[in-house]
Amino acid sequence: MQQMHTKRRNRWLEEYIGRTFAVICGWLIVLITVTMIIFLAVKGIQSFTDSGLSLSDMLLSAQWDPNGTPPKYGALIFIVGSMLVSLGALLISAPIALALAIFMNFIAPKWFVSLLKPVLELLVGIPSVVYGWLGVTILVPLLREWFGGSGFSLLAGIIVLSMMILPTITSIAADALANVPMAYMEASYGLGSTRWQAISRVIVPAAKAGIATGVVLGLARAFGEALAVQMVIGNTIKLPSGLDSPTATLTSVLTMDMANTINGTPWNNALWTLALMLLLISFFFIAVIRLVGPRKER
Amino acid sequence: MWSKRVKLGLAALLMTGVLAGCGQTENNSAGGNEGTTKKEETYSGTISLAGSTALQPLAEEAANAFMEKYPDVSITVQGGGSGTGVNQVAAGAVQIGNSDVPAAEKLDDKSKASELVDHKVAGIAFAIVVNDDVKVDNLTTKQIQDIFSGKIKNWKEVGGPDEAIHVINRPASSGTRATFEKTIMKDVKINDSIGTVQDSNGAVEQAISSTPGAVSYVAMSYLIGEKKNLKTVKIDGAEPTVENIRTEKYPFWSYEYMITKGEAKEEVRAFIDFVKSEEFAPTVKKMGYIPMTELE
Amino acid sequence: MTARMIDKVWTGIFYAVAAAVIGLLIFFFAVVLSKGAGFWQPEFLFGRPSNTQAGGGIGPQLINSFYMLVVTLLLSVPLSLGAGIYLAEYAKQGRIVGFIRLCLETMASLPSIVVGLFGLLAFVTLTGWGYTLLGGALAVTIINLPGLTRICETAILDVPSNIKEGSLALGATRWQTLVKAVLPAAIPQIVTGVILSAGRIFGEAAVFIYTAGLTTPMLRWDADWGSQANPLNVFRPAETLTVHIWKLNSEGIVPDAKLIAAKSAAVLMVAVLLFNLAARLASSLLARYFSGGRRARRGRGERSKAA
Repeated sequence: MQQMHTKRRNRWLEEYIGRTFAVICGWLIVLITVTMIIFLAVKGIQSFTDSGLSLSDMLLSAQWDPNGTPPKYGALIFIVGSMLVSLGALLISAPIALALAIFMNFIAPKWFVSLLKPVLELLVGIPSVVYGWLGVTILVPLLREWFGGSGFSLLAGIIVLSMMILPTITSIAADALANVPMAYMEASYGLGSTRWQAISRVIVPAAKAGIATGVVLGLARAFGEALAVQMVIGNTIKLPSGLDSPTATLTSVLTMDMANTINGTPWNNALWTLALMLLLISFFFIAVIRLVGPRKER
Repeated sequence: MWSKRVKLGLAALLMTGVLAGCGQTENNSAGGNEGTTKKEETYSGTISLAGSTALQPLAEEAANAFMEKYPDVSITVQGGGSGTGVNQVAAGAVQIGNSDVPAAEKLDDKSKASELVDHKVAGIAFAIVVNDDVKVDNLTTKQIQDIFSGKIKNWKEVGGPDEAIHVINRPASSGTRATFEKTIMKDVKINDSIGTVQDSNGAVEQAISSTPGAVSYVAMSYLIGEKKNLKTVKIDGAEPTVENIRTEKYPFWSYEYMITKGEAKEEVRAFIDFVKSEEFAPTVKKMGYIPMTELE
Repeated sequence: MTARMIDKVWTGIFYAVAAAVIGLLIFFFAVVLSKGAGFWQPEFLFGRPSNTQAGGGIGPQLINSFYMLVVTLLLSVPLSLGAGIYLAEYAKQGRIVGFIRLCLETMASLPSIVVGLFGLLAFVTLTGWGYTLLGGALAVTIINLPGLTRICETAILDVPSNIKEGSLALGATRWQTLVKAVLPAAIPQIVTGVILSAGRIFGEAAVFIYTAGLTTPMLRWDADWGSQANPLNVFRPAETLTVHIWKLNSEGIVPDAKLIAAKSAAVLMVAVLLFNLAARLASSLLARYFSGGRRARRGRGERSKAA
C-alpha cells in the first residue's frame, strides 16, 4: 500500500518536473527572441538618438558615404539591392520549386522521389561559403563571358540565391500539395480530366495558401543570406542599371563593414540600423505568411 | 641577468625614440622598467589579441615563437577586423587590439581614445596590382588617382592596350583602403559607383586574376607566394621595396598597430617588444612585412 | 494540341526539371571534390596547419568542428525537445502557441552575422570568457533552435493520436504517456532531423568568426582540464573548418592557401554527405527498432488504395 502511494507520488512528481522543464524551454525561446530584439532595437535606434541621423534620409537617400565630409548614410541602394536580388531569386526558384513539388507528389515513381529528397536535403546542407565559392569560381567567369563586364553582378547574386532557397520552397510547397485531399484528384479524374488538368486546375489552386507560405519563407531566407551573396554581387555602392550591373545589399554592407567600425560611431550605429531593418523586414514577411498562409495548420 | 632586460628595454626605448616621428604615445611601452628588473627573464600568464586580419598571421607567428621561448605564457590571437580589435581592447576583453590604423582614427570619442596606447609593431607595404593582360608596368600617382576616381576608363589612356579598366576597391571601412586613400588618393575621392568592391585581400586577388583589365591594391604580405595572372605595378617608377620606403620614394605603406589599454602588463609589454625585436625581424621579413628594425 | 498531348509535355518538363536539379547537385560535388582532390590524405586531415609553409593540415580545425557540433547538440537538443513538447502537448493552443511560433520564426530569420555580433557582445565580452568554443556553441544554438524545435514539435504531433489516447486511457499521466509512448514513436523522425541540422551546424561560419575565434591553441591530449591546450576544454578558442576556409580565402598568406581552402571545402561536402547518409540509416534503423510507431509520411499511394 505504502509502496503504491510513493509510486503514485513519484508519477505526479515526474509529471510536474517534466512539465516544468517543457514550459521553461518554451518560454526560453521567447526570452532569447525578446533579448535579441531588444538588443537590436537598442543598437539600431542609436543612429537617431545618439548620432542624430534622420530616418527619412536613411530610407530615401541613395547617398552612402560614411567617410565623406559630411558623412552620408542613405541606405536606399542596399534596400533596393536586397529587394531586387531576393525577388529575382524568387522568380527563378518558385516555378522550379513548384514543379519539383508537383513532380514529387503526383508524377514521379517512388524510387525517383527517394532520390530527389536527399538531393534537396544535400542542397540545404551545402554551407553558404561553398555556394559563394562556387559562384566566384564558376558562375562569375561564365557571366563575364556572356555579358561582358566583370561578371560580379545582380544576376550572379540572383542565381546563387535561387539555388539556396530552392529546397526551402520545394519542401513547403510539397507538404502543402500533400495536404490536399486525394478525393479532389479523384473527382477531377472522374470528370475525365488529364493528370495535368487535375493538377493545374484543382490541386494547385487548393494548395495555394501553403505554396504562398513557402514562397514568402523563401523570400525571407533570401533577404537574410549574407556571405554567398556578398561574394558574387560586386558590392558597388550604386543602384543597379541592369541585371549585369553590380550592386550592394543590406547584408553585404553589414558583413563588410560591421567588424571594421567601432561601437558608438555614427557609421557603426548606421550599420546596426540596417540590421534592425533586416529584422523589421522579416517581421513583415512573417506577417504576410500569417495573412496568406493556411488558416489552421493542424 | 636583469641588466640584459634593461638593455632590451633601453633598446626598445631608443627604437621608439627614433620612431617617434609620428608622435604616438609609444614611450608607455618602455615606461615600466622597474617592474621588469625585479623579475627573472621569464613571463607567465595569458595574453589575448584580436583585430586586424592583415596583422593576424604575423601576430600568430610571433605568439608561437614567444610561447616557445616562454612556455608559461599562453597567447591566443583572434581576427575580426581592426574595428573589433579596438572595440575589444577598449572594453577590456582582450589585452591587445590589432589595428591597421591608430586607435584615434577609428574612435570618434577622443576621451576614450586617450586611454588607448598605440604601439607600432611592423610596417606593411601595399602594391597596386593588375591582371597580367594589362601591359602597363608603371603608373604615376596622378594616373592612379584618375583611374580610381573614374576619370580614366581605358588602359590605352595610360599607355596600355585598348581595354576597359575594371576598378576593384576594398570596403570603405577597410584599413588597406584607408592607407590607399591617405597615401595615394590624398584629396581625390574614390568613385564608389564604378567597378566592384571585394571584402578581403584574398577576394581581391581572386577577382584580379580572373577579371581582364582589373586593377586594385593588396598588402605585400599577401603577395609572398606565387600568384597567378596578376602582377604588381610600380608607382612613380618605384617598386615596393624596403629601401624605397625608407628613402620615401615609395609612398604606399603604413604601420601595423598593437593597441593596449593604459599601462600594459609586463608580459604584454614583453610580447610587443618581442614582435619589434631584432630577434624576430627575420620572420617578419619572411612573411612579407617590414620589421621595425629596418624602418628607422 | 489535345489535352492529352499537353499532359505529356508537362510530364516531360517535370522530369527535365527534376533531372536538372539532381544534375546540378552532382555537378557541385564533382567540382568541389575535384578541385579539392587529395583531401583524404591523413597528413592533411590530421596534420597541423602552418602560417608560413605549404603543406599544412587541418587537424585541429576538424577536431574543433566535431567538438563544436557535439557541444551544440548537447545544448540545443534538450532545449528544443523541451520546447517542442511544450508546443505540442502543454501550451494552450491558440494565442500562446502563436506567440512562441512568432518568436521562433523571428529567430529563424535573423541573419547569422547579427547573431554572431550578439554573441560577441553577450558571450565573449559580457561574460569575460573571451573567444571560446562554448560561446560559439551558445550562439549557434540560437540559430539552430527554431529549426530543431519545429522538427521535435512536428515529430510529436505526427504520432498517431490512438497511441496517446491508449496510454492515457490506461491511466498514465501526460508526462508518462509522452516519455513511454509518444517519444519512442517520434524518435526516428527527431533523430533524422537532428542529424540533418547537425550538417548545418557543421557548415555555419559567420557566427563562429565572432564567438569561437580564428585560432586554436596548440592542442595536447595530456594537458590538464583547466588548460587551454586541452582539446576537451570548452573555454578555449576554437577555429572550425568553415571559419578556416573563410580565413584562407580572405586573408590566408600561406602559399597554398587556395588549395587548402578547396580541400577543406571538399571535406565539408563529404561531411554533409555523410551526415545525410547517417540520418537515413538512423531513421530506418530506429523505425525498425520502435516498429509500428511511425506513420508513413509519404503514404499517399497506400492511402489512396485504401480509400
